[in-house]
Amino acid sequence: MSEPTKAPPAAAGRAATKKELPEHFKAYKHVWVFIEQERGQVHPVSWELMGAGRKLADKLKVDLAAVVIGPPGEAVQHAAAESFCYGADLAYIVADEVLGDYRNEAYTKALTDTVNTFKPEILLLGATTLGRDLAGSVATTLLTGLTADCTELDVDADGSLAATRPTFGGSLLCTIYTLNYRPQMATVRPRVMPMPDRVEKPATRIIEHKLGLVEEDIVTKVLSFIPDRDSAKSNLAYADVVVAGGLGLGSPENFQLVKGLAAVLGAEFGCSRPLVQKGWVTSDRQIGQTGKTIRPKLYIAAGISGAIQHRVGVEGADLIVAINTDKNAPIFDFAHVGIVTDAIRLLPALTEAFRARLSPHSRDRIAS
Amino acid sequence: MHIVVCIKQVPDSAQIRVHPVTNTIMRQGVPTIINPYDLFALEAALQLRDKFGGEVTVLTMGPPSAEDSLRRALTYGADRAVLLTDRFFAGADTLATTYALATAIRKISETFGAPDIVFTGKQTIDGDTAQVGPGIAKRLGLLQLTYVAKINEVDPVARTIEAERRSEGGVQVLKTKLPCLVTMLEATNEIRRGAMADALRAARAQIVTWSAKDAGVEDISKCGLKGSPTIVKRVFAPSARAEKATIVDFANRPPAEALIEELFKRQPKLEAELISSAHGF
Ligand SMILES: Cc1cc2nc3c(=O)[nH]c(=O)nc-3n(C[C@H](O)[C@H](O)[C@H](O)COP(=O)(O)OP(=O)(O)OC[C@H]3O[C@@H](n4cnc5c(N)ncnc54)[C@H](O)[C@@H]3O)c2cc1C
Ligand SMILES: Cc1cc2nc3c(=O)[nH]c(=O)nc-3n(C[C@H](O)[C@H](O)[C@H](O)COP(=O)(O)OP(=O)(O)OC[C@H]3O[C@@H](n4cnc5c(N)ncnc54)[C@H](O)[C@@H]3O)c2cc1C
Repeated sequence: MSEPTKAPPAAAGRAATKKELPEHFKAYKHVWVFIEQERGQVHPVSWELMGAGRKLADKLKVDLAAVVIGPPGEAVQHAAAESFCYGADLAYIVADEVLGDYRNEAYTKALTDTVNTFKPEILLLGATTLGRDLAGSVATTLLTGLTADCTELDVDADGSLAATRPTFGGSLLCTIYTLNYRPQMATVRPRVMPMPDRVEKPATRIIEHKLGLVEEDIVTKVLSFIPDRDSAKSNLAYADVVVAGGLGLGSPENFQLVKGLAAVLGAEFGCSRPLVQKGWVTSDRQIGQTGKTIRPKLYIAAGISGAIQHRVGVEGADLIVAINTDKNAPIFDFAHVGIVTDAIRLLPALTEAFRARLSPHSRDRIAS
Repeated sequence: MHIVVCIKQVPDSAQIRVHPVTNTIMRQGVPTIINPYDLFALEAALQLRDKFGGEVTVLTMGPPSAEDSLRRALTYGADRAVLLTDRFFAGADTLATTYALATAIRKISETFGAPDIVFTGKQTIDGDTAQVGPGIAKRLGLLQLTYVAKINEVDPVARTIEAERRSEGGVQVLKTKLPCLVTMLEATNEIRRGAMADALRAARAQIVTWSAKDAGVEDISKCGLKGSPTIVKRVFAPSARAEKATIVDFANRPPAEALIEELFKRQPKLEAELISSAHGF
């Protein structure tokens, strides 16, 4: 509970006392990653977590297991098999007809039962809408600790999970432990952990677990699923090149310049939060703490000041380019390359210059 | 219809500063507000009450000063406010928070009638875990609808609710039974201005104030710091990046050319990568 009048924050004052782990928790071993798959697609954050989980498991000298939950059939089997290529030592499958669409009741039971039966010491989920919905229910059912939206995971000398997450909009980080309870649970932000390389491996140990629910047991019904119309919508987080605009552009018309440059670069476009609030751009395009985290090879920000809440969403980019009229704008503190000029004039010129440089013709030039 | 809305009083994050030396949050003098996400939950609740009749009870767990946020919620039109305050609640993580809030909701249920819907915001702007909603639902055995973008229909007779839930890559249209817990997504509505009569009523209203004991908490060890499995071990500032941006000098050339030259000089592979991304291969 945060007490607004007290400093430091109440949470930070929580005493870190490690007692001997209660006897019944000593059987909890191994690192688990929940593999999020919906409608046949595995969410990439699951593979990112396999990469992070592999490191933890190696440090702890335990197994890394993937947990796949879903309807019986090809998709679930395939996801389980794939998990070996991303580092799993074994995979658990809970497959049942009632697990077709994500529903909290059925998935909570599936994951909770698997945990209670096979007892992992660490359980990681992606901090997606599904992952957060599920993790909150599972942790409460198991009465264990859950660290939210982490950006860093490690195990310390005595084998405890150290989960680090940004707080107060990224201006501070805090490291949270679940010392005396098991499993230690954490949700992790998509696009923060690097995507591990996929290495072809045979699926060796697969353990199937039964759910034991029938459709009548589940109150909530899925009437329909409406996919986002614009299929490019969810690509921002995974784009290699992103061009974004901020309030410095001055008008929704000028924002078209950002889209123009993005089109020439084959990039996704994004924006800072005020543009969403003004209704210039839809909310799925917002980059930052309360929007998307991106990790492109190239990020171009035009007319964005670089507030901490924006910064935390873009810091993983390989090359950050800032266009701003104010040479003291905070974005120049973390951009790699900056240019102090009027974006409204530069963007069209940049679009044309890139168009010329990147024509198919130039491809031949580079190749030769 | 009886609707409970959980709200949290939070420091106005736009005005939060971090002490450069001690790395502590400087909260002194920072004004507090109702967690902005909770206003979407409150407005959704008020709309349902206006449609079906009944009452909206707002509930917060916090220090005595959280009464300000409850009064504020009354000015928007909430009918009743409950403040859960006790030193035993201090330092709670989300598991301990949901224990306290779920206990208080049971007490509200006994005292003022069972809620048909419990609302929470999607997340707060300080702890921002988004774990409290699902936690309360689980503890009370309520069905949960999280990340709700739109409530399509509530049928108080058939006791059903149909809502659109934001999920990855689309929207799930879900139908479930009352009572349930709903966490509202941001930007789904706009909090009303509140009538003059509500403002007058809010100023004079009796805030129902409960200690842990009043609320019926049976096991104090499940509250606050004691009842929290998570422990904050370290708070620190992110490491600053050593160098600042290279500022492109374009005295004698078109700025666009100068910028592109700098990019390709810095990352020689970039040009080839951009060519393939520009042509979709
Ligand atoms: C809880 C919370 C969460 C938030 N989450 C997010 C988030 O997820 N994402 C996010 O982006 N923000 C977020 N914010 C908002 C954030 O604090 C900033 O207010 C926001 O990022 C500023 O947007 P901006 O840079 O577009 O606008 P401004 O800060 O107004 O900056 C505009 C910039 O444009 C420059 N400029 C002006 N004219 C020109 C021109 N012609 N050419 C070039 N440059 C020009 C100016 O020098 C200035 O630097 C959040 C805030 C809070 C409190
Ligand atoms: C920097 C920091 C990091 C933290 N990290 C974690 C963590 O990783 N794991 C963890 O378990 N705890 C964590 N905590 C503790 C957590 O913030 C508190 O338990 C807090 O009481 C509730 O969590 P929240 O603010 O994240 O709420 P959220 O779960 O984000 O809130 C969702 C909704 O629940 C309702 N709600 C939340 N709190 C209250 C309340 N006090 N009264 C009424 N309604 C409420 C509101 O409707 C709100 O919109 C952290 C605290 C801090 C300060």
